[in-house]
Amino acid sequence: MSTVWASVRLRRRGPLGISSSLQGAWTGLPRAARYTIGTVGVALLYLLPEIPLGLIETQGTKWESVLFFPILIYVMMAIGLNIVVGRTGMLDLGFVAFFAIGAYATAVLGGLHDWNWWLVLPTGIALAMAAGAILGTPTLRLRGDYLAIVTLGFGEIIRLTANNTESIGGPRGISDIPVPPNVGGLEFDNVLDDRPFYWLGLTLVVLIVFIVRRLERSRVGRAWTAIREDEDAAELMGVPTFTFKLWAFAMGAGIGGAGGTLYASQHRLASPGTFQLILSILFLAAVVLGGSGNLVGVIVGAAMIAYLPERFRGFEDKRVMLFGIALVVMMIFRPQGLIPSRRRAAELEDPVTPPEMADVSTSSQELAGYELGEVFGPGTVSLDKPFAPDPRSPAGDGDHG
Amino acid sequence: MIATVVLASLSEGARLLRDNFWDYTVTGATIGAIYSLVALGYTLVYGVLRLINFAHSEIFMIGTFGALYATQWLGFDPGDPKKTGIALIGVLLFCLVIAMAVSGASAVVLERIAYRPLRRRGSTRLAALISAIGASFAISEAFALWRGRNFEQFPRLFDKTHTVFTLFGYDVRADQVLIILSALFMMVALDQFVRRTRLGRGVRAVAQNSETAQLMGVNIDRVIVLTFLLGGLMAGGAALLDMVFLEQTRYNIGFILGVKAFTAAVLGGIGNLRGALLGGFVLGLVENYGSALFGTQWKDVISFTLLVAVLMFRPTGLLGESLGKARA
Amino acid sequence: MKKWFRLLVPIAAVALLAAACGDDDDDVATTDETAAPAAAGVVCADPLTIAFFGAQTGDAANLGLNESRGAELAINEFNAANPACQIGYKAFDSQGNPDNAPALAQQAVDEAAIVAIVGPAFSGESRTANPIFEAAGLPIVTPSASAPDLSTLGWTIFHRLIANDDSQGPAIAAHIAGELAAAKVAVIDDNSEYGLSLAEIVAGELEAAGVEVTVTDHVDPASQDFSATVTKVKDAGVDVVMYGGYYAEAGRLRKQLVDGGVTAGFISGDGSLDPGFIEAAGAEAAEGAILTAAAFFSPDGYTGGADFGAKFLADSGSAPGLYSAEGYDGANLILAAITAGNTTREAINTFLSTASFQGITKTFKFLPNGELDGPAAIYATVVEGGVLVGAGQIGG
Repeated sequence: MSTVWASVRLRRRGPLGISSSLQGAWTGLPRAARYTIGTVGVALLYLLPEIPLGLIETQGTKWESVLFFPILIYVMMAIGLNIVVGRTGMLDLGFVAFFAIGAYATAVLGGLHDWNWWLVLPTGIALAMAAGAILGTPTLRLRGDYLAIVTLGFGEIIRLTANNTESIGGPRGISDIPVPPNVGGLEFDNVLDDRPFYWLGLTLVVLIVFIVRRLERSRVGRAWTAIREDEDAAELMGVPTFTFKLWAFAMGAGIGGAGGTLYASQHRLASPGTFQLILSILFLAAVVLGGSGNLVGVIVGAAMIAYLPERFRGFEDKRVMLFGIALVVMMIFRPQGLIPSRRRAAELEDPVTPPEMADVSTSSQELAGYELGEVFGPGTVSLDKPFAPDPRSPAGDGDHG
Repeated sequence: MIATVVLASLSEGARLLRDNFWDYTVTGATIGAIYSLVALGYTLVYGVLRLINFAHSEIFMIGTFGALYATQWLGFDPGDPKKTGIALIGVLLFCLVIAMAVSGASAVVLERIAYRPLRRRGSTRLAALISAIGASFAISEAFALWRGRNFEQFPRLFDKTHTVFTLFGYDVRADQVLIILSALFMMVALDQFVRRTRLGRGVRAVAQNSETAQLMGVNIDRVIVLTFLLGGLMAGGAALLDMVFLEQTRYNIGFILGVKAFTAAVLGGIGNLRGALLGGFVLGLVENYGSALFGTQWKDVISFTLLVAVLMFRPTGLLGESLGKARA
Repeated sequence: MKKWFRLLVPIAAVALLAAACGDDDDDVATTDETAAPAAAGVVCADPLTIAFFGAQTGDAANLGLNESRGAELAINEFNAANPACQIGYKAFDSQGNPDNAPALAQQAVDEAAIVAIVGPAFSGESRTANPIFEAAGLPIVTPSASAPDLSTLGWTIFHRLIANDDSQGPAIAAHIAGELAAAKVAVIDDNSEYGLSLAEIVAGELEAAGVEVTVTDHVDPASQDFSATVTKVKDAGVDVVMYGGYYAEAGRLRKQLVDGGVTAGFISGDGSLDPGFIEAAGAEAAEGAILTAAAFFSPDGYTGGADFGAKFLADSGSAPGLYSAEGYDGANLILAAITAGNTTREAINTFLSTASFQGITKTFKFLPNGELDGPAAIYATVVEGGVLVGAGQIGG
């Protein structure tokens, strides 16, 4: 029995070790080299619709279009959700609400009131951020699962309200939505060619990634990490946790709103049927699958979740089932995600802190948060605590009640 | 202008609710009873494992198919004459046993496949939640492939629409009485089991303090299996009652009900058995009253708004959380 | 350099092989054509494909399959009769979801062999797919997208094979006011685009005809329990319940109404016209319900449709359903264009817009906006003894 366990542990460490060393090699490179590789990588992404990729491309649906939706849109949503779930450790099951708000802002302002698209985009983002703040103010003092169900409810409230409101089209939605004005050779009004949308979206993603990276490495990012790790301790150390949580929520919401704006203009339709609960769940799955907390990870995760079902359309009816099985298998064998957060890995494997100490420092939380490292098991309420029942594994906490 | 329209429809809604109060109450309590039974499964697992068992809705769905198969084994067709007396009780009990067995067994298998490996590896709660979501997708889609995506009809076992008694002018139907009473009975039985028996004490001990429980010699794996089993049995009971009530099922029947039941569990105080009971009935009633007042299209908006409002003032639900506490 | 070259050789070989295979395909195609013994019938040079666009899988698959099987049957018959002109068939499975539609539509547009589309089956997906078909000039004939405003959006490629909800709604209302002589009516819908707009049209027409609509309600189709709506209907004591929505919920609503003691009549539109309605309601509760459509439920109702059911069954292995005959007619309409020598999208579209074609369901002649020219016939189907029975024309 114990040998089985040992091998299991070894296997578990394997992939993590590899990616860690890869990531280590990456950070070991000189700054100039990293920038060069990064630039080339981004340039390749821009060329993606132009390079013939043969069987990698989706077969039954147009590749250039799939690159934009669902792939790019999912990536954007996952980056936004990652700030909330991955960085700050708040579980949001209703992220689609902000996607919907962005889309409807575009439809109402651009479609019904003829605003210029370039004015609609920031307004959509601002409205989504405001919605995030409005939802966040009363609810962010709830933790963990309570926040999860409240956000889930919020997502449904937004969808149902849109469906029930005749002035924004009711169930029919709004279908007369403007596209960005043509710039040079980029014809956004050509419905047969989604490449301009892809390039525009990619530019936005690059911009967002840049901003988020800066934020993560600033005081704000450190505050987010502190909140995720232990909200009470952070509060004690003088971090205004509520303000920073609210900011994280609003930032995530804003990115979600940007995604909604882009989506609605390309589809030329904003209708409530799009904004189902299942989308929120898929966005969350993208974040966790990719490696919650790791920006590159969630981008890869989202791209996979969007791409694979489109590529394997041949499986038609079996797609969702295979997806479900893949999620379970993935969580069993690689729960940290495809590309785990290095920081998280460091924290989890930190040999200096004995697990028992970590337990003591965090066991005071009455309510569970969805902090990344929080271990799943009986009576566990907080992060970084390994699961208890097996005496061979580090001790779990006890006190939540 | 809009205000007057809203006011006019509200006053019409108020009249509707006043004139049909007992009608709305009984039908709301009926669906609420089913919410409660399913909510128990969420609350049990949450109390012990702190996991939103997202796939619990599929355990319920499997139970409905179990009940359906039970009737088919007995050779029922939708057009058959209705049963009465002893035969009816026998049929209902047989279906109940089958539904509970199927649901209970699937819950245990689910724990084995989708959750235990994660626990063994010290996974995070978020990973466990995603695994639960994945299991939910996989199970419901497997049923879609196997049984198709159309509804299947559950035969009418007895003359369920006959009036048993009249409550302030509302004719209470046989199926409503059956559902509310059996749900209450099952819930009381579970509550007593958890409070009074040795096994139940183990559940409470782990919920309260898993480490101490373990030190005191409680086998945690067994407690967890028991927890899933109990939740599954309740879901199986709910499944049969739901079939008697609505008489049709398909692969995704659990999804919305699961969301509602989970809402009910949180509303009452997740991890708290009596909270699940209270939450289920409150949700069922508020949905119905709200539908009368504002129109059926606002039903879910009303229930989620209620949830937010309750959590604002009572951040851990109506009765507070914790399966372990004496209050449970 | 050398290494690089070594890599290039197999790539070039593969490329050549692929090219050769490509040629091979063409050869086969041409030999097929020449091998045909002095073909009677149509001869066409280029490979031509007719595509179906709509749900093939998922919850909305029933209607899509009804139609696509009809279209496939038409193409199979044509291919059997015209050895020198083999038409391809391809289905684009949108799952009825407007979000999936653009990438699929663009793919369809990109495949040069596709000269016309049967579909899209639903109004929602039409809104996102049709602008793309319009931009590419790819003609479509839809057997079932019935939202009235689709023909007002300026699409020159749009052709609708049935009367839209602006015809169905008033016919239902007239039937309620006339035949059923109702004084008080409940109008309920499933809060979907289709259900709500049909219900609104009916409610508007009823008010205009002086019939009182005492209850309007919008149920959530995802919810199983409609008891709040049942109470509302009971409270109002209506004579007829009209429901706008799809068959599974229509059946469930009808059952719960009857269980709740509502004895009012029940009428619903084409979304409910499916044997699934009777299954969901149960034969007892379904009895007497009236379901209408701008089409016959069974092709037997059509002149010249008598042997269609048997052919359909033999070809696809399942019985025809609602709009199967329309799907068959739609494909035949396109095939008639090809027979007349039109092999480009543009030429087929011109043919569709101008020609008059006798199908098994009706004579097709289109107005410039893509709607059928001439009065729209609406037919009723009644549930009698647990089966759907045609009850003749009620409007148009």
